[in-house]
Amino acid sequence: MGAGHAATSLHVDANSPLHRLPPQCKVAATALFVIAVVATPREAWWAFVLDLALLVGLAALARVPLGVVARRLVLEAPFLAFAVLLPLVAGGPRVDVGPVSLSESGLWGAWNILAKGTLGAFAAVLLVSTTELASILRGLERLHVPRAFTTVAGFMVRYADVVSGELSRMSVARRSRGHDPRWLWQARAVAASAGALFVRSYERGERVYLAMVSRAYDGAMPVLHDDAAPPGAWAAALAPAAVAAALAAIAWSLR
Amino acid sequence: MTAALEVRGLAFAYPDGHPALSGVDLTVEPGERVALLGPNGAGKTTLVLHLNGIHLPATGEVRVTGLPVAKAALKEIRRRVGVVFQDPDDQLFMPTVRDDVAFGPANLGLRGPELDRRVQAALAAVGMEDVAGRPPHHLSFGQRRRVAVATVLAMEPDVLVLDEPSSNLDPAGRRELADVLRSLDLTMLMVTHDLPYALELCPRAVVMDGGAIVADGPTAELLADRELMAAHRLELPFGFDPRVVAGGGSSPA
Repeated sequence: MGAGHAATSLHVDANSPLHRLPPQCKVAATALFVIAVVATPREAWWAFVLDLALLVGLAALARVPLGVVARRLVLEAPFLAFAVLLPLVAGGPRVDVGPVSLSESGLWGAWNILAKGTLGAFAAVLLVSTTELASILRGLERLHVPRAFTTVAGFMVRYADVVSGELSRMSVARRSRGHDPRWLWQARAVAASAGALFVRSYERGERVYLAMVSRAYDGAMPVLHDDAAPPGAWAAALAPAAVAAALAAIAWSLR
Repeated sequence: MTAALEVRGLAFAYPDGHPALSGVDLTVEPGERVALLGPNGAGKTTLVLHLNGIHLPATGEVRVTGLPVAKAALKEIRRRVGVVFQDPDDQLFMPTVRDDVAFGPANLGLRGPELDRRVQAALAAVGMEDVAGRPPHHLSFGQRRRVAVATVLAMEPDVLVLDEPSSNLDPAGRRELADVLRSLDLTMLMVTHDLPYALELCPRAVVMDGGAIVADGPTAELLADRELMAAHRLELPFGFDPRVVAGGGSSPA
């Protein structure tokens, strides 16, 4: 059962004001910040620059190095690939940049995805870097996200390491018997492993349920945390989102 | 005095008709530590699942400190009988150790300071107070096994049932768990293949085979009975002589 120390943890250890904020405030603030950014008109580039400056300031306050943020932003790369295509394939008036002709509305569309996607991802990275996954789930619970959802998400977090540990042991066992898949038609053994892993995980689910019932579980997860956040924490957490919302409002009024 | 566990004429067959228990009789007195020995497939786990009402007795009767195991009393039965399962990854499913230890008593309706007190006391009993805020998957296997014991202790059970408590532990982890178990003032039933561990911790042992109890007596005597051992696929480790060891490591119940 050698689930090693979680490489999956995104939490950056530090004791900053951002780390100390109650999780429900941070979760709500992150969501509202993203909504405000998305609601900003795409032509108001200066608003996005200010939003970015705000996030960079928060990252400094949270002692999350910008290099860490940049590495984690790689996650949005597939979405950006789509954005790169837009200027080439969209219609409407075109501008010539060197030998290629680009669609004007496509360029705006690409910029829109790039700017808002990056800002949104940046905010999410800040959230997970300053909040343990368990706390995020607790925050969601506080925000009245259905318990069925938070419970399932909690199990997913808890067992991701266990299942991936099983997967890597199966892979080692396969390779120890000379399996060296290079071509698609050699994928049969991998597929069989995936099937076995599914069955094993299903059986583990049954055993976990048995252990839960043995501790008097009766179908409803008990409420273990009921820690309300003080108004001050809410105000502090929501301030950046309020700034982003104000920027969006100003940008709209200037159009 | 009311027996901690009383099993009378318990029989059970799986839905496919395969008999797992055929008339089990067992009485465990309060404060006793009993080892439940036997080969794989003897019915040990099936018996354990009857003790906390996962399986309800179809034939026969199970009583926990006098209370019959029946559907109406399941919550109280599960408080009285704490089962520690073999794989701590099955037992520890909450995001943090603290939440996991709180799960059982919270299901019993405890909240607030009383719940916190139970969690603290249970973690202290197994020497794991320091890891309360950590996710279970960040702990070593031995730590996880001890936290699994704490999750059950937090329900303040009358009887502690352990399924293969020493499996997969390194020798130091095995010894640390033994120290923890010895320090608990609880009735204990320990299912194990680890015969030296049974001798160390349990003055009394019960041998199961073929769904019935075939021997019951002082652990040292049972382990020294070569014919009995051979008849039920029980084997001592090479060079281990229970007559020499007996009394050396175990403390009286």
